[in-house]
Formats: sequence, C-alpha cells, structure tokens
Amino acid sequence: MAKKKTIRSIPQERTPMRELDAKVRATNFEEVACGYNLEEALRESDRCLMCPDEPCISGCPVGINIPGFIQKISEKNLRGAYDILTNTNLLPSICGRVCPQENQCEGVCTVGDSLEAVAIGRMERFVGDTAIKEGWVNIPHIEPNRFRVGIVGSGPAGMACAADMAKAGCDVTVYEAFHQPGGVLKYGIPDFRLPNEVIDAEINNLKKFGVKFECNTLVGRLFTIEQMIDEMGFHAVFVGVGAGYPTMLNIPGDSLNGVLSANELLTRCNLMRARDFPNFDTPLPIGKRVAVVGAGNTAMDAVRVSLRLGAEKVYCIYRRSRTEAPARAEEVHHAEQEGVEFHWLTAPVAVLDDGKGSVRGMRCVRMELGEPDDSGRRRPVQVKGSEFDFEADLIVYAIGTNANPIMGQTSKLKLNKWGYIGTDDTLATSIAGVFAGGDIVTGAATVIEAMGAGRKAARGMKAYLGIRDAALPYSDTDNSSLFGIDTKERNFARVRVA
Amino acid sequence: MSNFEIVTREDFSDVTYLLEVRHPMMAKAAKPGQFVIVMLNEHGERIPLTIADFDRNKGTITLVIQAVGKTTRQMQQECKVGTTLYGMVGPMGIPSPMSHAKKVVCVGGGLGVAPIFPQARGFKEAGAYVIAILGFRNKDLVFWEKKFRDCCDELILCTNDGSAGMKGMITDGIKVALAKHDDIEEVVAIGPPVMMKACADATRAAKIKTMVSVNPIMVDGTGMCGGCRVKVGDEVKFACVDGPDFDGHLVDFDDLMLRLQRYTVVEKEAHERWSESCRMAKPPQI
Repeated sequence: MAKKKTIRSIPQERTPMRELDAKVRATNFEEVACGYNLEEALRESDRCLMCPDEPCISGCPVGINIPGFIQKISEKNLRGAYDILTNTNLLPSICGRVCPQENQCEGVCTVGDSLEAVAIGRMERFVGDTAIKEGWVNIPHIEPNRFRVGIVGSGPAGMACAADMAKAGCDVTVYEAFHQPGGVLKYGIPDFRLPNEVIDAEINNLKKFGVKFECNTLVGRLFTIEQMIDEMGFHAVFVGVGAGYPTMLNIPGDSLNGVLSANELLTRCNLMRARDFPNFDTPLPIGKRVAVVGAGNTAMDAVRVSLRLGAEKVYCIYRRSRTEAPARAEEVHHAEQEGVEFHWLTAPVAVLDDGKGSVRGMRCVRMELGEPDDSGRRRPVQVKGSEFDFEADLIVYAIGTNANPIMGQTSKLKLNKWGYIGTDDTLATSIAGVFAGGDIVTGAATVIEAMGAGRKAARGMKAYLGIRDAALPYSDTDNSSLFGIDTKERNFARVRVA
Repeated sequence: MSNFEIVTREDFSDVTYLLEVRHPMMAKAAKPGQFVIVMLNEHGERIPLTIADFDRNKGTITLVIQAVGKTTRQMQQECKVGTTLYGMVGPMGIPSPMSHAKKVVCVGGGLGVAPIFPQARGFKEAGAYVIAILGFRNKDLVFWEKKFRDCCDELILCTNDGSAGMKGMITDGIKVALAKHDDIEEVVAIGPPVMMKACADATRAAKIKTMVSVNPIMVDGTGMCGGCRVKVGDEVKFACVDGPDFDGHLVDFDDLMLRLQRYTVVEKEAHERWSESCRMAKPPQI
C-alpha cells in the first residue's frame, strides 16, 4: 500500500518549466515554453495530494477528471492519462497551453493553499504533446445516427461541439469563413504560444472522428442559418462565430496609416504569415517604435509579436494599473522579460500625424485611480495637465471587441442589445434547433470557456434531437452521478483502491 | 467547395481580364454589390474583388480584374481555364440596397464598369429606367459596351481622349444625363475613389441620392480586423460588413484614398520583385 501523501511529504516547489531565453526568443516565433519531459511530469504528478475534495474538477470549466489523469502519469501510464483527458477535453495540447489555469483548476488547488499549486496545465500539455508525437487518437466506437449537425465557426467552441456531436454518432460538418480552420486559435494566438502544428494535429484528430471541415464558407452570406435547417437538411446547428469586431479608441488620428487593431496585426502575422513576407504575399506594417494600447491577453500577444517583427521599442499603454490588467500574469511576465516597456496608468488622447497621413507618435495623459465603478474596479481619472507626447510609428489597439454583426444581419436570431446572440440555459437560441456559444454569446472570453460552451451546447443539442449517449457527465451540471454511481460512493471506491 | 475552377478566361486589354469561376452555391446566393475575397495560392494574400456577374443556371460567378500589383499580375499570368484558385469566399458585404427609384443613373469608371453591371441589370429588372454612364481612358480599354446597351435604356460612353463615345470624364457624362433628365432619383457610382468622389460632388448640388461602393484594403472581409474602416459622416464603418455601399455624400474619400496608400512601398517592391522574376524566367522564390 502506497504511503499516504501529506503536504509536507510532497516535493515542496513546483517543477519549473524550461523556457527559451528571453532575449533570444524575442527574435523568433519558436514556442517560448518548452514543456515538461517525462521526469519533470513525474515529479510534478507526485505533488498532487489526491485530496478528497477535488476542487480542481469543479474549477475546470469542462470538469476534467484531473486527479484521474495525474494518477495515470504517476503510474507512467501516459496513454491512460490521455484516455482520461480526452474523455472530457479533446484538445489537451491547446488547453494546457492557453487556459488561465491560475484562475481555474490551479486557482483552487488544495496544495495551492500552502504551497505553489500543482502544475496541472503543464502536465495536461505534456500528455497532449506526447499523444501528438506518438500519434495516439482515441476514436471511440461510434454508432452513427440519422442526424446531421452543422457547426458555424471552427474556433474552440465549434471544435468542441463538433467533437461531442460526432462522438454521439451525428454527421457533423464544420463551416469556416477563412481558408484554414482553427478560428482564433489560428489567427489570434501567435505560434510562440500555440504552434499551428498543434492546432492542425487536433483538427486532424477531429477529422478521424468523421468531422468534415468546409473552409472558404461564410455562413450567413453563402447560405443562412435558416437555410441550413429548412433546405440543407441539418437537424441542429451550433453558432460559434466569435466576437471579433474590433473596438477603436475613437480619438483623433484613429484612421492614420500606422494605426491598426490587434486583430489585424495578429491575423496578418499568424494566419497570413506576413512575418515571412515576401515568401508570403501579405505585408505587415513594420514599426520601429510600437505602442499597443490595452493590457489583456490580446495586447500581450500584440506586444510580443511586435518585438519579434523587429521593433526596437515596444510600449504597452494601459489606463489602469498592473493589478487591474486582465492579461494572464504569466504573459505579462513573459512580455517584460522580452523587453516590452509597460506604461501603467496612462491613457491615449490622440494619435499624432506626421503631416503625410501616417503616425508620428501619440499623445497620452497620466491617470490615477479614483472611486470604483460598476465592475468593482477603481475607475481611472485623468491627472490634469499631465499630457505628454512620445514618438511611435505603429499604434495597435487591443482594447476589446464586439459581436460579429453578420449573424444579426442575415438571420432572425434574437440578439441582446449589445449584438450578442441571446440563449437560454441550454444555449438554445430563438430559432428551434439552433444553439450558440462562445464569444458570440458571452462577449470576448477565453478558449476554454468557449470549449465549455461548445460542450454545453452539444448536451442541449443532443437533448433536443433525442439522442442518448454514454458521455461522461461533468460536474457543473445537476447530474452528479457517474454511470449511475453516486459521487460519494465513487470517491469512497477510489480511496479504497489506493 | 474546395475547388474553385476557372471555366472562362477573357482578356479585354493587356491590363484587364475576366475570370468566370465555378461556384454553384455562390452563384445562387450572390446579389448585386457583393464581393469575394480571393487567394491565389497558399502563400498568397487575400484580396477583395467585386462580383461583376453571376449566372445562377450555369453555377458561376464572374470577376473582372485589373492587373495593378503583384497578385493581380500573377493571376493574370496563371489563371487560365482549368486552373483553380486556392481560396475564394463570399458573397460578402451587404447586397446593394436596390431602391424603388424609377429613374437611375449607373456610373462605372474603368474597372468599375464590371461591378456596376449587376446593379444596372437589377434596377432594370425592378422596372426602373436605367441610364448607364461608362468611362474609360481610351477605346482600347472599353469592354462590355454591348452588354450595357442590351440591358439599359440609355448608354453614355466617355473616353478621356475621345477615341470612343464622347470626349470627357465621367462627370461630363453625368452633366449630359442631368441636363437631359430632370427626374433622376438616384445615382450609383463605382470606380476609383477619386472618380467616385467627383461623381458625389457632381450630384451634391442637385441633391440626388448617390451611392458608391468603396474599395479599401481588406484582410478577412468578415468584420474582424477593422482594416477596411472608412469614415461615413460622423461614424466609422467597416466596408466589409457595413458596406461596401455607402452614401457617397457622406463618405470621406480623402481618408479612404490616404488609407489606400499605406502599403505602397511594399506593393512597389513586391511588384518589382515579381516583374524581375518573370524577366529572369525563373519560378518566383517560395
């Protein structure tokens, strides 16, 4: 019988993850975080206490059996770990890289109460990457049924929904407007955080489930949602088109040449490979001094991409302080290491013209934090008389996005007043058989939340179609039994085996 | 939908050519005023091209292209019958708001002649009296004259040098039309921004509603990058999802023309590199 682990007997420090040297990596698009090897993963798996509470499972938006897969790692049964992961999350290599684990599973980890939390995300990534390297694919036995399901958008929400519906036996087609699938994973998240090969490997796995991808298809314009149901023979549709419509600052100089949205910069660089111009035809505006406005994850991507594109100086301009910055602390840290200059409590006032219609610099004003606003965050107020100018030749706005308008323009889907699609608890929309999830419902959020929404919508769609399947229920539902075994019994059973 | 085969190729001049592409679904869905975004190959850039015609029976859409830069020149060289495009998505944009105007002037300048055709035909099919004004630099560049004569009630052809039709600019043609008819309700103008600006100025005093179709640089075409933003009155609109048709009297053409310049340096370099590689008769570096 294994010795019971205690908080004092486990390795006290989190196993560090090797990263590329900051100064070197800021010149290329190689992935920054190197990932664990087996030895590192084993050591980290040792740190999990296998506590009875399992707060990590509830902390996960899709309810992965985290202690389960960690246990398999410690037994050196990596295939077993992969099996457990893919029961609930089909894309471990993606989630392991981009989830904000510090706000989810790791944020509530029992070990994290006294020491550094168990590095769940890093282990998930390790298993996912091993699976890609070894070519493992878990294709369950699928009983095909007569239902055809259409998925609009091949981003994380669409991919997750497609996977579940395919596993349930439906004939699934995913429609994507771009020429390559992946959605925001491809166009938005740079290679040094999420390599395109990883995304393509996961998409290929989906294809092995029978999921069909049709690119170059703009649903709403080529055909409408209503046509999908009424004419094209789809029994249910999931809409996961995202909320990519960028917000502009609406300050003087917004439309000067050299001002662009983070989405445009990232799409040119990531999807269109503009960083390899002229081998790839899409050009990029090259800036020697780049100012990115905003401090969310997109802004961090924009600053780090700008460095790699050869900027001498990259500034991050944010009107609130560092503690209020929405970006993952890890990404802010990486950006700092790479040489990005952060200007907190600074707000743009105008973009300055060089007289020829291009950017010459920016005028900003210093801010200080005043009373809290509706969101509970202290509102920044301008410090009078603190305007200053600085030189820049490229300005990138990463200050948020709005709903994509095409669905609203082309269908009778009921939207809320901000243009997002209205849904009920099951993510059903106002049109029978049409479900929606991800950013187009909630506004800009994370990859894992989109995946969670895709899975939740799949449950709703299966119920709508009357499909029963043996999918593992997840803990954020009211159904707490596992194949009929009550949770309490299940926990008791597992402790006994150990 | 993964194969966009070219079924017809026609060359109007040494710079203007027509491609008819098989896409039955798009042919069914396309409406006047809409455009596609095209990628020639995997390394290509995404460029917007207005749909010049669509044949719902044949299942094809037609693009009329001017070879001005690297991509359009490469397409001119490589897009022959039987070849395919790597990517083509559409129909994009809000279809032209066909009003119930009884008398309409459809103005096409240079390449703008192609995208104005479906609009002229649309208005005619809706029962309006359609006056087409087509402008070209000289008679060697004229195309689709018969197509317009067959479809419209009147045709005013203008060439800068007078080698065909009347000598004059588009705006001279508009003056002729305005002088002859005092009941023109709407003008639709498509062409280079400087021409559309001139058309809008020509009708401003007469207060005739003038719609234009703007042609900014685009990347995705689906409303997520903001690269195609134009100023329309007090607002900022995205041409790909809020347009591409806007009220010509509200569009800030100077801003549009300025923003169209933002890649001229690399465009020129790419063009020179392409021309050089053609001259050397070696395949381009990939």
